[in-house]
Amino acid sequence: MILAQLFWSFFQIGLFSIGGGYAALPMIQAQVIDHHGWLTMAEFTDVLTISQMTPGPIAINAATFVGTRIAGLPGAVIATMGCVTPSFIIVLALAYMYVKYKEMRVIKGALGALRPAVVALIASAGISIVALAVWGESISLAGTDLVAALILVAGLVVLRVWKPSPILVMLAAGVIGGGIYLVRG
Amino acid sequence: MDRKSPKLYWQLFCSTFMLSAFTFGGGYVIVPLMRKKFVDGLHWLEEEEMLDITAIAQSAPGVIAVNASILVGYRIAGVLGALVTVIGTVLPPLIIISVISLFYTAFRENRVVGAVLKGMQAGVAAVIVDVVLSMGDNILKGRSPAAIATMLLSFVAVAFFGVNVSLIIVICGVCGALHAFWRSRKSKGESAA
Repeated sequence: MILAQLFWSFFQIGLFSIGGGYAALPMIQAQVIDHHGWLTMAEFTDVLTISQMTPGPIAINAATFVGTRIAGLPGAVIATMGCVTPSFIIVLALAYMYVKYKEMRVIKGALGALRPAVVALIASAGISIVALAVWGESISLAGTDLVAALILVAGLVVLRVWKPSPILVMLAAGVIGGGIYLVRG
Repeated sequence: MDRKSPKLYWQLFCSTFMLSAFTFGGGYVIVPLMRKKFVDGLHWLEEEEMLDITAIAQSAPGVIAVNASILVGYRIAGVLGALVTVIGTVLPPLIIISVISLFYTAFRENRVVGAVLKGMQAGVAAVIVDVVLSMGDNILKGRSPAAIATMLLSFVAVAFFGVNVSLIIVICGVCGALHAFWRSRKSKGESAA
């Protein structure tokens, strides 16, 4: 039963994350955190951190991580299968159509309309991640984590101005932030 | 060379496994690497085919690296080939993350690791904000009122009214497809008249 749920959840994540990369974020948040409560927002952010530092796409990494925690290795395999099954069907169908008609005007139209929506969905998921980093589980002025807020702003400025690899920014944030948290106890 | 020999499948598996295991950052990075391997290295695909594969991989839902490897496998060795390349592509992350998640709980409870991860949380947040700003800026630069309206309305719908994410994807996709279909019908009608 739980395996069927895992498969179906990640099937939907695979089916509705269009545009690659971060497009999977809002779908994973909706399914894994909001709907099933399989991960907390903090655990999900950890998965994101791990994804940035290891090879492998976010959706597959999330499938493996959630699957392992919920139902061990079979869970990981089933969730990953769920995630790639829609791709398998749709990609082969598209390849067939592409060879036959050599034109994908309707699909291009659909993608063109999706792009701005996907940006909005990622932005919405991004707000949850920012809120967690700066305020933790509940938002209040007194609960503001100034260290995290400063690191976030500094990291963003560095990313916008010098455009380094995101991995470097995250590692620096980990070392500097971790150091400050440890010193302050 | 016999196109369906076991050796071909093994070679397909190894190629995609290695590509997936050493592609950090995922997504678009793997496509140029695949081109290098399958077009320049093994000569199994033409340059043109690789361009088509990239276009389809980006248009289909799901993970781009997985989509591209399905297409590469399919073009070279049919459906079985696609199955082999998918397994080759998902195995490295499956193995790595399984191992990490085994140690995760113990690892997370360590005081030093906890502090570093907390710092990294702020770093990840900065990375996501950066990505959103760049993507949003691209949409604004397009100066299409429809696209900008879609972006703002979708954001309000999800962030303030909690509208289902998949519903927004479906509505936008269907509207875009209908619009493109209608426009192509119209332009055909005009050229006929």
